[in-house]
Amino acid sequence: MTAALSYRLVIRSLPWLTIGLLSLPVFSGLAGALAPAFGWLPALGGEQLSLAPWRELARVPGLNDMLRLSLVSGLGSAAISLAVVVLFLGSFLQSPVYRRLRRWLAPLLAVPHAAAAIGLAFLLAPSGWVMRILSPWLTGLDYPPDFAFPGDSWGLALILGLVIKEVPFLLLMSLAALVQCRADERMTVARSLGYPPLTAFLKTVMPGLYPLLRLPVYAVIAFATANVEVAMILGPTTPSTLAVAVVGWLHDPDLTTRFMASAGALLQLLATLAALLGWWLMERLVVRLSRGWWQDGRRHCGERGWALVARWAMRLVLGLMLLALAGLALWSVAGYWPFPQSLPWPPTLGNWQNAADGLLSPVAQSLAVALGATLLSLVLVLGSLEAETLRRRPLRPGAQLILYLPLLVPSVAFLFGLVMLQAQLGQQPGLLAVILGHAVFVLPYLFLSLAESYRRLDPRWAQQARSLGAGPWRVFMGVRLPMLLAPILTAAAVGFAVSIGQYLPTLLLGAGRVETLTTEAVSLASGGDRRLTAIHALLQLALPALGFVLALLLPRLLFRRRRGLLLSH
Amino acid sequence: MATLHLDNVQIHQGQQLLLSLDTAIAPGEIVTVMGPSGVGKSTLLAYIAGFLSPAFQASGQVRLDDTRLDTLPAEQRHLGLLFQDPLLFPHLDVEGNLAFGMRRDGRSGERRERIRAALASVGLEAFARRDPATLSGGQKARVALLRVLLSAPRAILLDEPFSKLDAALRDEIRQWVFERVRDHHLPTLMVTHDEADARAAGGRILTLSAA
Repeated sequence: MTAALSYRLVIRSLPWLTIGLLSLPVFSGLAGALAPAFGWLPALGGEQLSLAPWRELARVPGLNDMLRLSLVSGLGSAAISLAVVVLFLGSFLQSPVYRRLRRWLAPLLAVPHAAAAIGLAFLLAPSGWVMRILSPWLTGLDYPPDFAFPGDSWGLALILGLVIKEVPFLLLMSLAALVQCRADERMTVARSLGYPPLTAFLKTVMPGLYPLLRLPVYAVIAFATANVEVAMILGPTTPSTLAVAVVGWLHDPDLTTRFMASAGALLQLLATLAALLGWWLMERLVVRLSRGWWQDGRRHCGERGWALVARWAMRLVLGLMLLALAGLALWSVAGYWPFPQSLPWPPTLGNWQNAADGLLSPVAQSLAVALGATLLSLVLVLGSLEAETLRRRPLRPGAQLILYLPLLVPSVAFLFGLVMLQAQLGQQPGLLAVILGHAVFVLPYLFLSLAESYRRLDPRWAQQARSLGAGPWRVFMGVRLPMLLAPILTAAAVGFAVSIGQYLPTLLLGAGRVETLTTEAVSLASGGDRRLTAIHALLQLALPALGFVLALLLPRLLFRRRRGLLLSH
Repeated sequence: MATLHLDNVQIHQGQQLLLSLDTAIAPGEIVTVMGPSGVGKSTLLAYIAGFLSPAFQASGQVRLDDTRLDTLPAEQRHLGLLFQDPLLFPHLDVEGNLAFGMRRDGRSGERRERIRAALASVGLEAFARRDPATLSGGQKARVALLRVLLSAPRAILLDEPFSKLDAALRDEIRQWVFERVRDHHLPTLMVTHDEADARAAGGRILTLSAA
């Protein structure tokens, strides 16, 4: 086989493998949940189709509250996050505030959901850091007050926890979209016509920006309505959100509960679809209502007030995140720390020493899963992007949708179905299943972070190399990969961080045999040991941070005498 | 050295004929193709070099004496292509850039010796281990042409190669490039919109007009 032929075969097959990895688990998972939901699961003695699981589900006390909680916290957090991002971008897009913030986005995004949620819980709880700082001089309290947080029945803590993670995500997604819709030009034209920044942004940039942000926003809604770990840590318990309840039913020792749980998983899918549909209808309405406003010539929309709101909302979001992480660090070195002391004094390393032995295994498992999933995804993504250069055109819109498929279908629904399939087929859960499960979520993020740089690389580099006699493999390995090393490593660090943060695929596909830092941290969070929980959450944070540091330093080290390469990215 | 033949080359974009050309370029001859921008000069070079975008359809033949080129993959055509940017690979040093295009036969010591000799011939012998980003515009242009010449091309294609150089440098580099390709007896096709380029080349001038 010639090199050119092997290149074509390999590179042309990788996009199909990518599509397979993204869509097969989702569709077979949904099918795997569908059958038991209607009573069919021979492995557990269900051999007749019936509606009994749905009737049983309908009788669950508080089902309506569960649904309402899932929908309100999901749609609410998405709406708040989008509003904060839009107002902030509108007010500060062409100002230094925005440029300063940009640098912090990737590391903020790398904070796992569970770690952020645990930090927030420890920060705002009645005996949390904020109360300790304010007491007794402001509040007059010598004992922790009595309010339910986290876990308030309105789900406010849950909404807050989702918002502090979704705002950085939407901002990061906007970065590429803003370039793509030529936001700077639009702003400049509108501002030269006398529109102040926010009005200029809302009237000229948003109509071009939102269509590019639509899929990320839908992914946020899907995650927020159906996530498990944030809702377990910050959400109310009686009743919990639907997704948390479904996972609980799955782990019910009474195996027959699984039929009802399957129906619950499908109900979660329907609920998320309903939320997306509702959002889409709102979109239509907003577009209709604002069409006249775009061209009515009015130059103001109260932008001073909104800029103030945006600035403080962003400060609050970032401040809460940073304080939450700092609080975790304090708890991890706290000895005896009575309320209302602001700082644990003297700090001790004893917690870390006691925990050290037990940390080895989860750290090793986390690393094994994350490295495996990242490597697999990286190969598939590089292949898919290289295939684009072969066909000389970017992804079709349909393929873009496949990329978002695992982010739009509630993971609890299709992962649950995969567990049912495992049971039916007698497959052993374990490390390999977990790695594949993680890759389903790692791949889209890795692709999204790398695609821009890959597509932007001037095609003349490859042409120059080929006219010098380099075949396609050599162009790929000897020109494209080294020239793109920095963005490739950054994308790998993003993928690695996503994997470290995964909770549900590890829990469900590993069936307790794979215990990562994240599964440990989430299960510890419901217990009382704040010190041990904080240590797990901090390590959960440290691994992705290490990945980003390596991704930043390695190219600088390897290419320290190659200025052209470091400047261009 | 062989003659570069362009036999009845026609390039279409959909139904529209973009350009047609029928000529032969002898060894050491420099033929200039001129025309306003947008007329498809670069498309012609892309076709000859093997990078024609699927948006275009081409007919005719490209030959070096009796060897047909237009059916070969780009990397087997041995056509030295020089763009208006030097495009020195930023992850390789000067020596690495020159070595990239050289054939793999011969001991590595010999290869290195040839690189040193080539650099010495343009007074850049001290620059072998330099980061290409630290070179001046004129030095980059010289290294880019050396890289093409060391790859043992059988013809040279120049795509507006001098348009990004400073006016002061342009004449000097231009003369230097033309001397080299004549010394190597290479058939050379240059596309440009700069009449000074065409005059300096001193060869035939073919003018493309909007079809």
